[in-house]
Amino acid sequence: MKTVEIKKGIYWVGVVDWNIRTFHGHTYTTKRGSTYNAYLIIDEKVTLVDSVYGPFAGELIERIREIVPVEKIDHIVVNHIEMDHSGALPELMKLCPKAKLFGTAKCKEGLSKMYYPEGGGTSGWDFQVVKTGDKLKLGKRTLTFIEAPMIHWPDSMFTYCAEEELLFPNDAFGQHYATSERFDDETDQCALMDETAKYYANILWPFSGMISRKIDEILKMSISIKMIAPSHGVIWRNDPMKIINSYISWTKNETKPKAVVVYETMYGSTAMMAMKIVEGLVDGGVEVKLFDIAISDKSEVNNQMLDAKAYIFGSSTHDNDMLSTIAGFLEFLKGLKPKNRIGAAFGSCGWAGGAIPALEQMMKEIGIEQVLPSISVKYVPDENELKKCCEMGAELAKKITGKA
Amino acid sequence: MDKYRCTVCGYIYDPALGDPTAGIPAGTAFDKLPDSWVCPECGAPKDMFEKV
Repeated sequence: MKTVEIKKGIYWVGVVDWNIRTFHGHTYTTKRGSTYNAYLIIDEKVTLVDSVYGPFAGELIERIREIVPVEKIDHIVVNHIEMDHSGALPELMKLCPKAKLFGTAKCKEGLSKMYYPEGGGTSGWDFQVVKTGDKLKLGKRTLTFIEAPMIHWPDSMFTYCAEEELLFPNDAFGQHYATSERFDDETDQCALMDETAKYYANILWPFSGMISRKIDEILKMSISIKMIAPSHGVIWRNDPMKIINSYISWTKNETKPKAVVVYETMYGSTAMMAMKIVEGLVDGGVEVKLFDIAISDKSEVNNQMLDAKAYIFGSSTHDNDMLSTIAGFLEFLKGLKPKNRIGAAFGSCGWAGGAIPALEQMMKEIGIEQVLPSISVKYVPDENELKKCCEMGAELAKKITGKA
Repeated sequence: MDKYRCTVCGYIYDPALGDPTAGIPAGTAFDKLPDSWVCPECGAPKDMFEKV
């Protein structure tokens, strides 16, 4: 794949990782692959913004060479230290050891820990710590740095180029989406928004408070943004405000009349209850997604959680507790810090039970308002108990749609 | 004196320790921290802390 000139004299020199299938260890499925985007600005000072994952260092270097000898790089802006964006730095720095790096104080601290002693360590690197508002003149263009802590690591930073009305926000506004195209308007919109939401749900959702403040801060700066070039996925050039507005909605935890039913079952009793709850919800005019969490992709379930008003959880009782897969999923969900949600719990047990109190406790910890009493049945639900499950769905639908 | 937890990253401000990285001496109560003080771990502002 060739370099792509995204603005006159500014090139995408990143890599497409077509075959990555899980990210952040095995916590996030990347069924559409991903990209690691790096950008080369040709000016009086040749400047690289971000780099790529270590195993792709050679590809990055090759791509830079299509434009300029690597040795000519004067500046490297390190918006984020995470390995998928900094891993190529040790290789790159061997070729341009005099290049000056720019990043936050936390960036400097993190890099020195990550790459010591590999590649000779970072001690020989010329690193300048920058803060919000600091500027770097490249020649015709000037870069402005904006610290963006916890979007999504402490070191995170955005870089803005006023002359080009171009924002490099690193992981913000990114998507794990491998494409042959580089721009939003050239690609499938449904897949693009699905991956954008999935990225927000699984990676950025816990930091909604910080993101909301940062977007406010940037909007108040009254800077013109015509293009947003993130570090993963395609570049937003068609309508950058569209993605900013989606982010604003997600930071506010805005939802639609939608319910997600997540359960785990041993012999099918809890599954029978789940189906009946779904029936009641659907009859009540609510969009529903149902997942048997034992066989579902957790990061896809989180994606569906992002715009749903109600979360309904079910589990069989096992060893006086909920089953272990749903327990793990709820731990994951707790970390994402969803707000303003309602819900209920259900499940089947044989004798003393235990799943229901465990689910109730976990829902309390997540901050989900339990708007109906839980339903617990012994062994296999009978006709009357299944009717109660259907009624639970119908009652929840009223609460979701505000008709209760 | 109360301890406060950063709701963004989980860091706990302990007044008994202060925050040497920001020149805050031991014995400084959370409400005596300057408004410009931020979480030393993640950079979250003071109003994103909650009492432990």
